[in-house]
Amino acid sequence: MTTEPAFVAAIDQGTTSSRCIVFDRRGGIVSVAQREHRQIFPRPGWVEHDAEEIWANVVQVVEEALDLADLPRTRLAAVGITNQRETTLVWDRATGRPVHNAITWQDTRTDELVRELGGAVGQDRFRERCGLPLATYFSGPKLRWLLRTVPGLAERADRGEVLFGTMDSWLIWKLTGGLHITDVTNASRTMLMNLATLDWDDAILAEFGVPRAALPEIRPSSAVYGTATGVLDGVPVAAALGDQHAALFGQTAFSPGDIKSTYGTGSFLLLNTGESIVQSGHGLLTTVGYQIAGQRAVYALEGSIAVTGSLVQWFRDKLGLINSAAEIETLARTVADNGGCYIVPAFSGLFAPYWRSEARGVITGLTGYVDKGHLARAALEATAWQTREVMDAMRADTALDVGALRVDGGMTANNLLMQLLADTLDVPVTRPTVAETTCLGAAYAAGLAVGYWPDLDALRANWHKAAEWAPAIDPATRARGHRKWRKAVERSFDWTDEDDLPQPA
Amino acid sequence: MTESSTTMSNNVHARVSAVPGRIQSVERAAAILRLLASGARQLGVVELANALQLPKGTVHGILQTLQHVGFVEQSRSGGKYRLGAALLHLGNSYLDVNELRTRALNWADSLASRSRESVRIGSLHEGQVLVVHHVFRPDDSLQVLEVGALLPAHASALGKVLLAFDLQGESLLDELALKRFTARTLTTRRALTDDLERVRKLGWGAEVEEMIDGEAAVAAPIHDDRGIAVGAIGVSGAIERVCDENGKPRLDLVSTVRDAARSISRNLGARKW
Ligand SMILES: Nc1ncnc2c1ncn2[C@@H]1O[C@H](COP(=O)(O)OP(=O)(O)O)[C@@H](O)[C@H]1O
Repeated sequence: MTTEPAFVAAIDQGTTSSRCIVFDRRGGIVSVAQREHRQIFPRPGWVEHDAEEIWANVVQVVEEALDLADLPRTRLAAVGITNQRETTLVWDRATGRPVHNAITWQDTRTDELVRELGGAVGQDRFRERCGLPLATYFSGPKLRWLLRTVPGLAERADRGEVLFGTMDSWLIWKLTGGLHITDVTNASRTMLMNLATLDWDDAILAEFGVPRAALPEIRPSSAVYGTATGVLDGVPVAAALGDQHAALFGQTAFSPGDIKSTYGTGSFLLLNTGESIVQSGHGLLTTVGYQIAGQRAVYALEGSIAVTGSLVQWFRDKLGLINSAAEIETLARTVADNGGCYIVPAFSGLFAPYWRSEARGVITGLTGYVDKGHLARAALEATAWQTREVMDAMRADTALDVGALRVDGGMTANNLLMQLLADTLDVPVTRPTVAETTCLGAAYAAGLAVGYWPDLDALRANWHKAAEWAPAIDPATRARGHRKWRKAVERSFDWTDEDDLPQPA
Repeated sequence: MTESSTTMSNNVHARVSAVPGRIQSVERAAAILRLLASGARQLGVVELANALQLPKGTVHGILQTLQHVGFVEQSRSGGKYRLGAALLHLGNSYLDVNELRTRALNWADSLASRSRESVRIGSLHEGQVLVVHHVFRPDDSLQVLEVGALLPAHASALGKVLLAFDLQGESLLDELALKRFTARTLTTRRALTDDLERVRKLGWGAEVEEMIDGEAAVAAPIHDDRGIAVGAIGVSGAIERVCDENGKPRLDLVSTVRDAARSISRNLGARKW
């Protein structure tokens, strides 16, 4: 048996779980291991993760994936990391222990702080420099909250005793035994990086009160950062990308105009805009798509939808209408249409293109006729309509003619949803043979950095269509649905009031 | 006969004969099932006949029928009877087909990448194979999604695997119309039974030009955590790619298909997705 490195591993540190996937040269999956971690809800609107638990899970899934594939780690050419973005951690440089639970991207505790940072200018105060509006979702405000709230932390940060990182940094630090690094895509989600220079922006750092000493070095997404110790001893750690950027890479959306959408807990559309930094006039974010070592960064426009898969989980865990996520399709197929019912899942406000944090979820159009099948269908349609609005915004910002939407993520197993998407968007929807494009992108970027794959064309040649859904409804039906959806969205606006009592999560 | 079994037989007998206007043999079958369910012990024909105060021949006939539909099983040694797997799982919910697709997605994709052929996952639906998942052949040619289509069970590799491993056993074949599609379609009960026996022994099934001329397919069963075949996964394509020069399915392809089936089965054994 040969012992030459013949595979690449990807670690996907996601919102609900961590997984490790081993890929072969064709981009085929050799093995997968996955482990869920706890969601910690200390207060309404607060969502934390235990970073030590996550690291333990990562070690375990890496071991499991290698065991399942019956591989020693010497057969791995490289490992790449992809991660839930914006989730913010500060740890002690000397002991390597987190000083606080990681504050996740969904966490809204920085609501007040974000308003304060906006001052007289408002949420677009830093937008031109970092591409992002002020929102609770990004790392910078979370880091500021930690520095302000955890006693003594600000002083320790000034002295370089504690380190900030998103989950990529945490894993690189743990894997390499102490390298403090992040990649351009993760850094582009902090609000602290300047999009043009790809370096921390001193003016923003000053406003946020964040000392450079606590920040990781920003590196390209595809580059050899160092060599792993421990569970992956000797394997080059050669890529890091935020999950959505990894999916763009895994979908081989390397050309300007290529567009992908990932359907998971939340959903994310990314449009490759090449080397140009496009400022959105329609509520989209400007972000770094990826950067390959020695090359210029590729930028992207992003539209994020907060609640898609999590609405399915809500049906399962809170309403108990289904036993597993997949059963929502079975339930939705018990009816032919939504029965007039629309669900706007603005659980913590609306993201792109609205950015209305005061909105809250509504179920509208209820009549005695509506049953749980209609509700299930409305839940899936909510994902489709939200996608439509983001794509409309992208079209408006770039005059882009969208040929087809490349989809991936856990929800693409849902064939009804895929058909609803094609119907709603009026473009074909294609799913590639590897639905796990997030992991694949991290593997591709890592393999590219060590020469396991020669170039982007070799990766493009690996992309194949696994399934395609064509639009199948008439324009009048689509237009009627769109109108009703917009009315439903309007009903979700202006819900929260100053004197609202905090609601249990 | 012991004291306790006399009492038991009286109870059961009373129930059997006290209900007029019903089908006697069904009630007797039910009584047998109750007895088999009543203790940990397996029972033989003689014990059952004594307990029910029925002729041995009658009990034997009922047991044969129950065995045929998978409601009772005969232990390998000694010929005693116990409740069958089909009965144990009757009432338990079957695996949702959308759940099956969700859990199989990665492996089906990976099978398509490795085999360079189209992949389908099927489950039995009223004597036919319902396609619950379909992955295009990864060559970017024009293909149409066939999820929801029905395939003939006796003429498809997926169908043969599903028939071979189904809990209902042979009784399932009673309902099949063995329609001819090509010169090579198995159209006799005998030929199909033999082939299914082979499928059970080998752990995989194939079809060579039995549904469409020039095409062949290979499939393997997907088992859940209880060992029940909840579906089958297979590849299909042009005979010259799927078969070797002897016209038999390529063994490397067979093992790729079986690997995928095993991986999905393992994934179903896990408690959560
Ligand atoms: N068949 C399905 N139909 C609808 N939703 C699904 C299905 N399978 C998974 N999901 C949803 O997709 C999400 C998981 O997808 P995944 O890509 O693993 O997400 P993440 O990486 O965000 O955790 C969950 O929110 C789950 O509810």
